[in-house]
Amino acid sequence: MRIDRRNFFRVLGVTGAALTIGKGTIATPKNENEIEFNGILYDSTRCVGCQTCEYSCAEANQLPEPVDVPEIGVLRKTDESRRTVINGYNTSKGEVYVKRQCMHCNMPACTAACLTQAMHKAKEGPVIWRGEKCMGCRYCMVSCPFDVPKFEYHSPNPKITKCNMCYDRQLEGKLPACVEKCEAEALVFGKRRELIKEARKRIQENPDLYIDHIYGEEEAGGTGFLYLSPVPFEQLGFNTKVQKTSYPELSKGFLYSVPTVFVLWPALLLGIQEATKNNKPKVEENE
Amino acid sequence: MSNMDSFTIAKEREDKNLWRFLLSEMKPKGKIFTPFNIISVPIMILGLVLIIIRFWKGIGSITNLTQEVPWGLWIGFDVVTGVAFAGGAYVLTFMVYILNMKNYHSIVRVTVLNGFLAYVFYAGALLLDLGRPWNVINPIIGNSFGTSSVLFLVAWHFLLYMIAQLIEFSPAIAEWLGARRARKILSSMTIAAVIFGITLSTLHQSGLGALYLMAKDKIHPLWYSEFIPILFFVSSIFAGLSMVIFEGSISHKVFSDQISEKNHQAHTKIIHGLSKICAGAMFAYFFLQVLVFVHGKHWTMLNTTMGYWYLTEMTGFVICPMMLFFFSYRKNNILLIKVASVITMVGIIINRLNVSVIGFKWDAASHYFPTWMEIVVTLAVIFTEIWIFRWVINRMPVLRDSPSWVKNIK
Repeated sequence: MRIDRRNFFRVLGVTGAALTIGKGTIATPKNENEIEFNGILYDSTRCVGCQTCEYSCAEANQLPEPVDVPEIGVLRKTDESRRTVINGYNTSKGEVYVKRQCMHCNMPACTAACLTQAMHKAKEGPVIWRGEKCMGCRYCMVSCPFDVPKFEYHSPNPKITKCNMCYDRQLEGKLPACVEKCEAEALVFGKRRELIKEARKRIQENPDLYIDHIYGEEEAGGTGFLYLSPVPFEQLGFNTKVQKTSYPELSKGFLYSVPTVFVLWPALLLGIQEATKNNKPKVEENE
Repeated sequence: MSNMDSFTIAKEREDKNLWRFLLSEMKPKGKIFTPFNIISVPIMILGLVLIIIRFWKGIGSITNLTQEVPWGLWIGFDVVTGVAFAGGAYVLTFMVYILNMKNYHSIVRVTVLNGFLAYVFYAGALLLDLGRPWNVINPIIGNSFGTSSVLFLVAWHFLLYMIAQLIEFSPAIAEWLGARRARKILSSMTIAAVIFGITLSTLHQSGLGALYLMAKDKIHPLWYSEFIPILFFVSSIFAGLSMVIFEGSISHKVFSDQISEKNHQAHTKIIHGLSKICAGAMFAYFFLQVLVFVHGKHWTMLNTTMGYWYLTEMTGFVICPMMLFFFSYRKNNILLIKVASVITMVGIIINRLNVSVIGFKWDAASHYFPTWMEIVVTLAVIFTEIWIFRWVINRMPVLRDSPSWVKNIK
């Protein structure tokens, strides 16, 4: 196609118009920054360890039903065929059950680690895995401080599996399966900010029942899953070494130095090369 | 005019014979039943079978990797350690092309070739470790750039550095094919490729360390610090040079027929010079390690099993070879320099594995130990690389001098 001046202006005009109109019609009134992350508040004082969440999770994700039951002193772990587990702990306040699954960090290490954006923090809050992008390098597993992502080691077409806070159900306006089915009302789904308020209220109203700590409020820079507990979290097998700032923060300094090196190094090297150009071999014999 | 004419005629003749020439070069040269071949061929075949099983039944079928330890020997040794050993290429190109230390010129080509093959094979071994290797193109073609990932940086740098090294090496290929004009163009690109390559190397040698920054709670505190990238970078200098010394002394025996008398004699001097640089770099590295340790305040940890292991690494594999390099430089003892380079290389393997495998989840109930199959695949990769290396050395002017026409066209 030949482009003469008239055609050029025509194309320019049409494109410009499309851009302005397009912007006007597509933009939604909602400001994306104002969307708050969804989260789930888990109250271990209410949990009775009935495994309904495990069953409903398996059903919602077409996974095999759980075959074992929580036992005190036995650590059940999530793996490629189960995304959430309940464990029982003998604590200073008696038996306490704890549900484990992905923490859905505000600034997830797995997402920062992913070089293909397969691990993705959706704007609604869930951390989801997108198979069409993933190359299976498992750097997310190396990086996750909670050891959440699991890998199908025995499949030629392996997937990374983890809880995705029932992202699809959320988009349909439904509750995550585990929250919907929990009869003990140990799980509450909502905006993270509201959940923290609710958790604070519960602690305030019942200071003898709870310890004054919401696990996930600050851990790893804040997580979407929030925990209330009657006993210190060490007794429930939580990673209490976890840092308060987000994990991507740890490699930020290195990544920020990259552009600097990229600009300065070649200039420096060229300079040195220019300066040593006339070095006669005689000079180097001292080396 | 007449120059041009003769050039065109030569060009036509070259084109016609190129395929025949390439075909004849494919044939093996030298004896077939050498001890090296007898050992390496069965391992390479076994490795190939294991790789087929791996793609058929999944990574778990031949590895001991677990949900807690997702990176094992193939990453910790093949990639993280292998790339450190390939660091010699950027150090030597820096010395020869940037600092104009021409004494080292005779070993640049073989070192760049070594570096290039190391990247191709060890980064290539990465594909075996990828669960979904068909998506490996994703971070490259731009539909999903994970720019916040250190691995994204490392992946791109591997790719770009391989290209830079290929350009650095390409004059040798042109000389082999007798492509005069191509050689002229390609060798004019060397400096640019060198500068680009050194910049890339600085960033991805340290980047391999930066990969582990987010695994803060998982790596033993004696090996984890925010300075891993700097430590990895500094240690890659003497890791690479030790490899150059080690590989050089083997090449000079195995391929002695390729090397001119002049270069044979120069080599002793080169090794001597490199030992000084190794000693210096190792001193800087040791000093950094001491600083990191003192700042980390992990004194009490020294009196544990991992603490003893840490002290072994620092004394036996950093201080000891550093002293050896230094004294053998003073005494001009080439044998001792070679011994020091071997100890250094063992030390680098230990250090990289301590960060990536041994110190990773050191407190977990069950430890990762590679299966024999992981080791066989690793050996098969190394042997294949040596095969290609040997093939190139026997054909292209890498160790031997360039053909005489190279000097004439300058």
